[in-house]
Amino acid sequence: MKPAFSVLFLTTLIGAGQGLFLALVTGQFYWVIGAEAVRESGAFYAGGAALALAFLALGLLASFFHLARPMRGWRAIARWRTSWLSREVILLPAVMGLVLVYGLLHLVDPRTVLVTFSNGKSLDLPLAAGFVGAGATVLLFVCTGMIYACIKFIREWAGVWTVVNFTLMGLASGFTLAAAYAAVTGSALRGFFVASALVLTLVALAGRAYTFRRHARLGAPSTLRSAIGVHHGAIRQVTQGFIGGSFNTEEFSSPGSPGLRRRLVPAVLAAGFAAPAALLALGWQGPDAALYAAFAVQYLGLLGERWLFFAQGNHVQNLYYQRAA
Amino acid sequence: MADKQLALVIDLNVCVGCHACVTSCKEWNTSGEAGPLADFNPYGADPKGVFFNRVQTYEVGTYPDTETVHFPKSCLHCEEPPCVPVCPTGASYKRAEDGIVLVDYDKCIGCKYCSWACPYGAREFDPHQGVMKKCTLCVDRIYDQSLPEERRKPACVLACPPGARLFGDIKDPDSEVSVAIREHGGYQLMPEWGTRPANHYLPRRRTRMHIHPDELVRADNPLKKEGELPRPDLSDPSLDDVTTW
Amino acid sequence: MTGDAAAADGGGRTEVKTTTCYMCACRCGIRVHLRDGEVRYIEGNPEHPLNKGVICAKGASGIMKQYSPARLTRPLKRKEGAERGAGEFEAIGWDEAFAILEERLARIRQTDPRRFALFTGRDQMQALTGLFAKQFGTPNYAAHGGFCSVNMAAGLIYTIGGSFWEFGGPDLERARLFVMIGTAEDHHSNPMKMALGAFKRQGGRFIAINPVRTGYAAIADEWVPIRPGTDGALLLALIHEIVELGLFDRDFLIDYTNAPDLVNVAEGGDSEGLFVRTDAPVEEGCFEPQNKLWWDRRADRAVPARAQDAEPRLMGAYALADGTAVKPAFQLLKERVKDYTPEWAEGITGIPAATIRRLAHEMGVTARDQHIELPIAWTDCWGRDHESVRGNPVAFHAMRGLAAHSNGFHAIRALGILMTLLGTIDRPGGFRHRAPFPRPIPPCAKPPKGPEGVRPGEPLAGMLLGWPADPDDLFVDDAGAPVRLDKGFSWEYPLSVHGLMHNAITNAWRGDPYPIDTLMLFMANMAWNSTMNTVEVRKMLTDRDEDGEYKIPFLVVADAFHSETVAFADLVLPDTTYLERHDVMSMLDRPISEFDGPVDAVRVPVVPPTGECKPFQEVLIELASRLKLPGFVAADGGRKYRDYPDFIVNYETEPGSGIGFLAGWRGAGGEKFMKGEPNPRQWEMYARNNNHFHYELPRSYQYMRNWNQGYLQWARHHRLVRYAEPIQIHLYSEVLQKFRLAAQGRRKGKQPPEALRRRVETFFDPLPFYYPPLEWQAMDSGRYPLHAITQRPMAMYHSWDSQNAWLRQIHAHNYLFVHPSVGAAGGFGDGDWVWVESPWGRVRCMARFSEAVEPGTVWTWNAIGKASGAWGLAPEANESSNGFLLNHLIAEELPRLLDGGRVSNSDPVTGQAAWYDVRVRVVKAADDEPRETAPRFAPVPPPPGVRRFGARVRAYFAGGRGR
Ligand SMILES: Nc1nc2c(c(=O)[nH]1)N[C@H]1C(S)=C(S)[C@@H](COP(=O)(O)OP(=O)(O)OC[C@H]3O[C@@H](n4cnc5c(=O)[nH]c(N)nc54)[C@H](O)[C@@H]3O)O[C@H]1N2
Ligand SMILES: Nc1nc2c(c(=O)[nH]1)N[C@H]1C(S)=C(S)[C@@H](COP(=O)(O)OP(=O)(O)OC[C@H]3O[C@@H](n4cnc5c(=O)[nH]c(N)nc54)[C@H](O)[C@@H]3O)O[C@H]1N2
Ligand code: SF4
Ligand code: SF4
Ligand code: SF4
Ligand code: SF4
Ligand code: SF4
Ligand SMILES: [Mo]
Repeated sequence: MKPAFSVLFLTTLIGAGQGLFLALVTGQFYWVIGAEAVRESGAFYAGGAALALAFLALGLLASFFHLARPMRGWRAIARWRTSWLSREVILLPAVMGLVLVYGLLHLVDPRTVLVTFSNGKSLDLPLAAGFVGAGATVLLFVCTGMIYACIKFIREWAGVWTVVNFTLMGLASGFTLAAAYAAVTGSALRGFFVASALVLTLVALAGRAYTFRRHARLGAPSTLRSAIGVHHGAIRQVTQGFIGGSFNTEEFSSPGSPGLRRRLVPAVLAAGFAAPAALLALGWQGPDAALYAAFAVQYLGLLGERWLFFAQGNHVQNLYYQRAA
Repeated sequence: MADKQLALVIDLNVCVGCHACVTSCKEWNTSGEAGPLADFNPYGADPKGVFFNRVQTYEVGTYPDTETVHFPKSCLHCEEPPCVPVCPTGASYKRAEDGIVLVDYDKCIGCKYCSWACPYGAREFDPHQGVMKKCTLCVDRIYDQSLPEERRKPACVLACPPGARLFGDIKDPDSEVSVAIREHGGYQLMPEWGTRPANHYLPRRRTRMHIHPDELVRADNPLKKEGELPRPDLSDPSLDDVTTW
Repeated sequence: MTGDAAAADGGGRTEVKTTTCYMCACRCGIRVHLRDGEVRYIEGNPEHPLNKGVICAKGASGIMKQYSPARLTRPLKRKEGAERGAGEFEAIGWDEAFAILEERLARIRQTDPRRFALFTGRDQMQALTGLFAKQFGTPNYAAHGGFCSVNMAAGLIYTIGGSFWEFGGPDLERARLFVMIGTAEDHHSNPMKMALGAFKRQGGRFIAINPVRTGYAAIADEWVPIRPGTDGALLLALIHEIVELGLFDRDFLIDYTNAPDLVNVAEGGDSEGLFVRTDAPVEEGCFEPQNKLWWDRRADRAVPARAQDAEPRLMGAYALADGTAVKPAFQLLKERVKDYTPEWAEGITGIPAATIRRLAHEMGVTARDQHIELPIAWTDCWGRDHESVRGNPVAFHAMRGLAAHSNGFHAIRALGILMTLLGTIDRPGGFRHRAPFPRPIPPCAKPPKGPEGVRPGEPLAGMLLGWPADPDDLFVDDAGAPVRLDKGFSWEYPLSVHGLMHNAITNAWRGDPYPIDTLMLFMANMAWNSTMNTVEVRKMLTDRDEDGEYKIPFLVVADAFHSETVAFADLVLPDTTYLERHDVMSMLDRPISEFDGPVDAVRVPVVPPTGECKPFQEVLIELASRLKLPGFVAADGGRKYRDYPDFIVNYETEPGSGIGFLAGWRGAGGEKFMKGEPNPRQWEMYARNNNHFHYELPRSYQYMRNWNQGYLQWARHHRLVRYAEPIQIHLYSEVLQKFRLAAQGRRKGKQPPEALRRRVETFFDPLPFYYPPLEWQAMDSGRYPLHAITQRPMAMYHSWDSQNAWLRQIHAHNYLFVHPSVGAAGGFGDGDWVWVESPWGRVRCMARFSEAVEPGTVWTWNAIGKASGAWGLAPEANESSNGFLLNHLIAEELPRLLDGGRVSNSDPVTGQAAWYDVRVRVVKAADDEPRETAPRFAPVPPPPGVRRFGARVRAYFAGGRGR
């Protein structure tokens, strides 16, 4: 498949944004359940929410560049019953709204207690809002993943792994971002974020590495035999019927040689996962710069990962578009 | 499930790959409801264009037992069209009344998602108008009362010189298409995906001739008249000369 | 019938006009839908007999031809000082254009008419262009036939009095077995496809004999791959097998052919190889006197042919009373094919002997055992009544795969004989004639007999193209040298019945036989796809003599598009498109007749001319009037015809002949047909009848027309023919034997120059024989092991359609198709760049592997490659960067084998261009070579009036929206 840059940015940006938001909420919740954790200021969470919102907004913006008719974009909410794309289009703004609410609540009154627990800690209004937002965010991860996972004509995409990986990578980049944010603000949650980012990044690495290996072993989804309905061992396309090209030869064609794409895999795994993990480890007790670098490197790495995700997607329709003469 | 499903049935047994269906489709549709069908670099390098129907060529087997198969392909108007449910706007839809799968250009946002969900590569995006396009089964012709009955058919069907393209309702057992599918082993493309394409294809059929050796020598062989099939001379020896009983 | 367009987009003023398509030579009826005056949709006309409503890829792309940016829209004159070929022009008015032509042509006509040469390519109006040339008085006129398929015309017309091509065809409605040889697309594009589809659905058996399996061959029940140039061997072996087994139709041979006629075989006599004739007095005319002899098997002696209840022998050797040794013609055929066994043919054609035998058996047995009896009573020329018409349902079709070889004439003679042996001529399920065929063998038209036929200020004394019946009909001077520029009807190619257009430029450039002044090309892309040795020929067009004058002083090109040839013109005449002009498909030319009777047709304008385009028809009428050519001046000396439509209505072949260009609705009120005085309302009447006239013959006149008394008398009455004499099939060709006798110095009258005697003697064999194409003998075929051929793509017409935005997307450039083994040998892979090399040139192109090609053959689509800048295409367009032309590899001349002189690369009998004789080798292009075709030519700029299409998008929508 042809990697559409708008989509690369859309998915990576909102991934990080969603991850960051979930990091904030868990950070706050960690205080509730955690043993000797410190309590962060409302301003800290509000700031974080703003940052998350910024990423989500940039993602949304990028998505418009994917539409040939952006002005009609609103129509995309129509088919939420059947279309994951439609669902994503509904959820993304919803999540942004909830993030906004979360942030604002932290500013206006961070202290309205809803429930107080035995350990003396309490569930306050912002956290409650956070939980709702978190739920929506997780759903958003599912929608985004399902948009690709439900295309059964692209074996590399079809299946639950796409959803799992999209979520893991979003979380990883989001927590790394949170760690960097904590470093900037000198937050006490720094350690918690670094640690969980490190763990998530390694888990994401495992997930993605597995699917890369799986792709390499995938057989052809269909054969020329069933494509044209002639039952013979030796079938070759002589011509696709036109020389110049068409939508079907562009949208569905993978850039770069198979060789190049294979060589990119380790690079992507390094930049998107291994290197950030190392930098996170380094930045745990070490310099803040390591954490900033970790996020920068990871984000670029994930952009690359997303490019490969598309480039490696081989669509069944390509059976019909192999050769011109 | 609709009780009417219009479709094309393509007879690979007589398709000579002439592309008449390709350009007649383009000319009908470019100036019609579905148009225009834009062309890019029409007079430059690597011209590209929107066509609703393409004719491809495949070779089956190896020399000298090679079959050359001309293979026209347009939207198959699947009965379970995967391209429809994925469309976020509802621009892609399947008509209840006759099963034609269409795109509503006014709703389409050009996200191309439907094309990902078509295993047959039958959809063509038009960057010029920014909407997804595809075969309409000439919906703007086939119901046109101002046309004489026999011309109320898709442009490609009317054009096809050897008559390799049939059009009709595959749900009506007596229709030309249903009979053709039944009697000539009509099949669907990539049935494994469960899309249940409405368009069917008819396979190659071979006529052979079998000659019995007797047919090569026959009673009224003209060579006899020419004395070319000799009868032994009376004087040639025979058992009569040597046997006694 | 205007509703649909309106319904389609709910707007626009729409109307529907009918006319005749001309995206190719098939000439289908079309309905043109216009919206706000712009072409919206072109569909086949259901009420037209030819295409019955269907249309092809080209026809359906007519819109993009009409609105093509490559259209010439203004008359052009080569810029002062600009080099010819640079393509630099200034636009001029028609007045100036006509003035230039009038001045120049008038001078030539008064001095030496030969110095004006008019050659027309793939046009459809040879009757008018020919009339113009004849009245002008030049012998130097020909159309595409010579480089097209003249072998198919001559080979069959000299044998059965009709042919394939546009003259007749296979009756697939009734055939059970159909054998197609060497045909990719042909002229009857749509009718052939329609018939083939129906034939297959009826369960008929279809066999394709072709080195390549594409198009029609793709749907064949059996594909028989054959080595190019060897069909003669195959056909002779099939004849061998059919004769050996007695699978021929003896009654047909006896009644309708010269098979039983006795031939003088007395060694060495002046009449050796001629038929023995009784001295019964016979009427002279262009028909065969029926004064030959048979050997009667009961009386066992020679009797006058067809004597009361005589039954002839087809075989045996006999002696006449005076001792003359004689044999029936059939016996000579039998002896000829004796050694042409299937095993022998296998070695030459690459087809297994068993397959050849089986094919022969299938043909013979189908013809014999599946024969048809139509309950149609008819009477033959000898007054015998027949209760029914018999048909032996084996049909053949063949075209340039047979024709475009230097041994094509004899191969096609063999095919004619095979069809005859099976008894399939003008019979149901076999071969059927199309009016005005059959013609006498040979047809009556004859060229002038010598230089005296050409006189300043006078029309040519004879026909421009004709059908020599013996050496005395040749168009040569006393020394036996050619009178025509292209050397047509000379001893080099005596039966060049369509001329040799492919040598016109080379001969004019060399001044052999003489230099000319003005060369006018109409609808011929002679600087590109219709010329051999393209690279050199392009140089000849710009070559100058010692005192700096162009060797071809003045070149006029009449074209509708910015073709490669336009760049070389001194004067360019922009023609209209087929949608913008009046035109006729005339009985005087090649009409669109059906098997059941004559059909002719017209084109009527459906849109106004673009820019200053003027129909070439009008140009000729105007010029003829200005030059005061006989027939074009009124009694008062003024111009006789207002314009072309007026000319078509009022022109008569001779004053009062009642024969004109159109056969329908003649007579003052349109009550007559074929013959009758002019009818002022003829055009309307054609228009009202879907632009055609179709006369369906009575069923009893529809078959056996070579011998059908009713038909022949009808034809004579309507002046299709002068004599109602039977047209016996020439199994044995006495005509050819007469040339051979002359070459052997055994015949009085015209004698060949010494240098050519052996050539004529060799190739003028009264019976077909197989010889390897001449080019193979002129080269080291070991070094060039592969045969290179082209095929017509069904979606392109020659060079025309690269300017067509839709069609070029299907064939923007071409590949060389090769069997994978060729790649293995040449060390290249599928899609690689390769060099194709012949002894005469080399071309760089891309290779495409295919399993559907005979491994010793490589092929490509014809005329896809283009010269940079032509055809309204950007200089970097695929056509000129990746596309290639095989013509660069094909020589227009060969060393003359027998005496070392130079001859055209053509069939020695007919002068048919031998395109498909070329042999090549294919080698991988070096990796450091540019990934583009070679040779390439410097781009030519678009001339005034031709605007290159700048925009990136063309979103055509008739009536405006979308652009
Ligand atoms: N290698 C190879 N060469 C071949 C052949 C082959 O098979 N292989 N085929 C040969 C044969 S059979 C033929 S007939 C020739 C054909 O070759 P040509 O006779 O040259 O015919 P085209 O290339 O079709 O067109 C000639 C010109 O007609 C112009 N034209 C088109 N429409 C009109 C019109 O309405 N009016 C005017 N005035 N001009 C118009 C086109 O622009 C073009 O420049 O090619 C021959 N050349
Ligand atoms: N679409 C389209 N239609 C056309 C034309 C066009 O340019 N485009 N041109 C028109 C013109 S001018 C003409 S003359 C006709 C020509 O009509 P065709 O004769 O059909 O034209 P070609 O493409 O020359 O086809 C030659 C065929 O013979 C095969 N062949 C080559 N050599 C041999 C051989 O030695 N033996 C055998 N058995 N086969 C051989 C080739 O593979 C090819 O299939 O088509 C006319 N119709
Ligand atoms: S028009 Fe008919 S024959 Fe020609 S390609 Fe299309 S389906 Fe095949
Ligand atoms: S062929 Fe493709 S576009 Fe057409 S209905 Fe089926 S899935 Fe949809
Ligand atoms: S491109 Fe148009 S039709 Fe296709 S899914 Fe998007 S909105 Fe629907
Ligand atoms: S049915 Fe109409 S739209 Fe579909 S391919 Fe045929 S002509 Fe084109
Ligand atoms: S076959 Fe020739 S004449 Fe007929 S529609 Fe096609 S292009 Fe036109
Ligand atoms: Mo031709």
